Amino acid sequence: MSTVDRDDPILKITKLTKSFGPIKALRGVDFELRRGEIHALAGENGAGKSTLMNIVDGILKPDSGEIRLDGVPINITSPAMAQKLGIGFVHQEIALCPDITVAENIFMGVTNTSRSPLMDYRALERRAGEILHRLGDINPAALVGTLPISQQQLVEIAKALTLDCRVLILDEPTAALTERESRVLFDIMRKLAAQGISIIYISHRMVEIFENCHRVTVLRDGQYITTMNVAETTPGDVVRAMVGRVIDSLYPPKLTAEEQSDEIILDVRGLTERSRFSDVSFSLRRGEILGLAGLIGAGRSEIVKGLCRLEGEVSGEVTLHGRRLRLRHYADSIAAGIVYLSEDRKGDGLFLDMSIASNVSALKLEQVARGGGIIDERAEADQAETLGARLNLKYGHVGQQVSSLSGGNQQKVAIAKMLSVNPKVIFLDEPTRGVDVGAKAEIHRILRDLARTGVGIVVISSELPELIGVCDRVLVVREGRLAGEVTGEAMTEDRIMYLASVGNERRLAS
Amino acid sequence: MKAEETTTMATPQAEKMDRTGSGAAGTIRRLLRMRETGLILIILVLFIAMSFASPYFLTWNNMRAMAMAFAVEGIVVVGMTILLISGGIDLSVGSVTALAMVIAGLLFLNGVDPWIASAMAIAACTAIGAGMGFFVTRVGLHHFIVSLAVMVIARGLCLLGTGGRPIGLYTLPPEFKFIGQGSIGVIPVVIVIFVVVVLVFDFLLRRTTMFRKVFYTGSNEKAAAYSGIRTKKVVFLTTTLCSGLCGVAGIIYMARFGSAQPTFGIGMELNVIAAAVIGGASLSGGTGTILGAILGTILLSVVSSSLALLDVSVYWQDIIRGSILLSAVTIDHYINKRRG
Repeated sequence: MSTVDRDDPILKITKLTKSFGPIKALRGVDFELRRGEIHALAGENGAGKSTLMNIVDGILKPDSGEIRLDGVPINITSPAMAQKLGIGFVHQEIALCPDITVAENIFMGVTNTSRSPLMDYRALERRAGEILHRLGDINPAALVGTLPISQQQLVEIAKALTLDCRVLILDEPTAALTERESRVLFDIMRKLAAQGISIIYISHRMVEIFENCHRVTVLRDGQYITTMNVAETTPGDVVRAMVGRVIDSLYPPKLTAEEQSDEIILDVRGLTERSRFSDVSFSLRRGEILGLAGLIGAGRSEIVKGLCRLEGEVSGEVTLHGRRLRLRHYADSIAAGIVYLSEDRKGDGLFLDMSIASNVSALKLEQVARGGGIIDERAEADQAETLGARLNLKYGHVGQQVSSLSGGNQQKVAIAKMLSVNPKVIFLDEPTRGVDVGAKAEIHRILRDLARTGVGIVVISSELPELIGVCDRVLVVREGRLAGEVTGEAMTEDRIMYLASVGNERRLAS
Repeated sequence: MKAEETTTMATPQAEKMDRTGSGAAGTIRRLLRMRETGLILIILVLFIAMSFASPYFLTWNNMRAMAMAFAVEGIVVVGMTILLISGGIDLSVGSVTALAMVIAGLLFLNGVDPWIASAMAIAACTAIGAGMGFFVTRVGLHHFIVSLAVMVIARGLCLLGTGGRPIGLYTLPPEFKFIGQGSIGVIPVVIVIFVVVVLVFDFLLRRTTMFRKVFYTGSNEKAAAYSGIRTKKVVFLTTTLCSGLCGVAGIIYMARFGSAQPTFGIGMELNVIAAAVIGGASLSGGTGTILGAILGTILLSVVSSSLALLDVSVYWQDIIRGSILLSAVTIDHYINKRRG
């Protein structure tokens, strides 16, 4: 055992290929995972990361190539076999049963822990407790549905760890987590790595890769590009390898001093909703991009949804271009020119099984209809084509189902839907979640262009670098109230996190 | 996990497929991919095979009888399809259709003008639909449960009102019976009404903003609400419309039979839902066409009629109908999966 070298790969993949019909998803990919390392797997959407990992997990069969585990060639035929070999896979989307306990979920694969035909709940909970202890403070008897997403994620990891897992695959685990929750997760990852577990970490986020991983392998278009030691490279190099071109600047230029305007587009006073937020007042100036920061659960989305009358009984004044609005339903809000881009594109942003054109036209069908409410299909297609061209949407034709587009392009359809009504103010909730680097930069550029033409832009994001990179001013929400505002030089991650988690300006001063 | 993978991978494939989808050749290809084309082909094949198998099949009388058989039920299929698209379902269609007959029949026997009696019966059915809509959208119960309860209640009302026996309506004026029994030229009035209903709703569903909202609501209710659509209102209206059309169908049946049958339409809901689903409607909402649903109805009807002509036992007919439904849905499932 002492001969085992830390640099000796536990998992070695050579020349792996996989095609789906005419599409070559993997073209001879190499990958090497060492013992106890955290190895990032990076690449744009469609680069082949998921295909590669699904082959390792036995969900897909490769066409050719070799996988060696501990130097022995293996043929993984099913996820159950992968588990037996010690490979655990935590998928991006949480796949737990919400109505049963944490312990039952963890041992779902090995339901019977006592060889008796009856369930021994006490033993189950005790064993679950032992595993959860390694991960943090979660009650094994709690129902999964009652836990926050971040803890559900940990339950997923616990589930993977039950089977003496030696290789742990994490697919974008922080997508739904706040900064703080992510940090907890990273601590756990490091702890597990120190215990000798090798971790494959799939992510788009450079900061996470550079703060937590030892090495990074980049895939592009199904090809292996490079593997680098994180300590010896820069985020710029990784991004360049991912996109295959130089992205000169991740974020568009901000508002210059000359461009700043005093003209107020939207003025909000004393926005209150009994239990969730209170006395929210802010104004949005022409040309600026305003950010809303805060921890998950602080009420950022709730404030914006309340303002748009998407949910809740809201009181307070909303003035748009000097006109006081009376909003009762989201339809009124749309009519006034205030629209909301949902954070959950698949859940409530788009009609995935419908065409691009009918998604884009959904907010105000009357725009593409003749008298009598009869839809003019030509006009509807034109609308989608015009907006598609403006947003540089990649698609075949506008009758195509939205589900056939990549994440970034789906998001562009969602944005086109907002733009279809020529809005005066757009609230964007996590506008680049699950979108690859290239499309992300494009979305940021689109937002800046919109702001320049006088559209009010408010961005909610849990990614602080994004808020700082894109916004001219950031409001921080804490426990349903505005805790402060940062602009210019003061716009730092530390400062925003401080306001979001600790306190307001006054307390800071004292 | 598997689904996730197919989604990612299907992207370029789907894009490629659809890029070839523009232009004239593409139109033909898209037409061939359509569910309706497949159904028409199957029906044609059946027609050709049957015209060889039985000399009676391709006769005017048989065609007419077949068309009469599905025409009235076809009106209910229209209502059901729209309701399915909005994400709902209605198990009560058979009993509500019978109830329309019973209400109109009893009113007529009590001296009410048959036209007014019919209008009242249709209004009553519409009110039942509105009631179901209330329980679904305001109280928040599931369509399945609400309509199951109404199915039983409406049937009970039919039996209660008639004592369980059919009511003969011998004194119905001929101009009323004309709806169900008359012909315009060689075309039965029933079929004319059916075609008009189908064309009107097919157009409404495909082209109007009002009915587009039905698709939005069924495709993703939350996304529809997030597009400013009042989804509860949409579901309320589709539920009401379906029952209203059952009322219309009930009146046509009454005019055709010259009587009100309290036990009519038992099991109709299954036939109607099967037809809509064979025609491409999904039980999870968001998809479906009137044309497809009607072709589904025709297919089931042609099969029934063929089996009868071939002297196949009635008991076999149900087995065969069920198998057709299962194969249609299975094929559909695989096609959708391949498309990702």
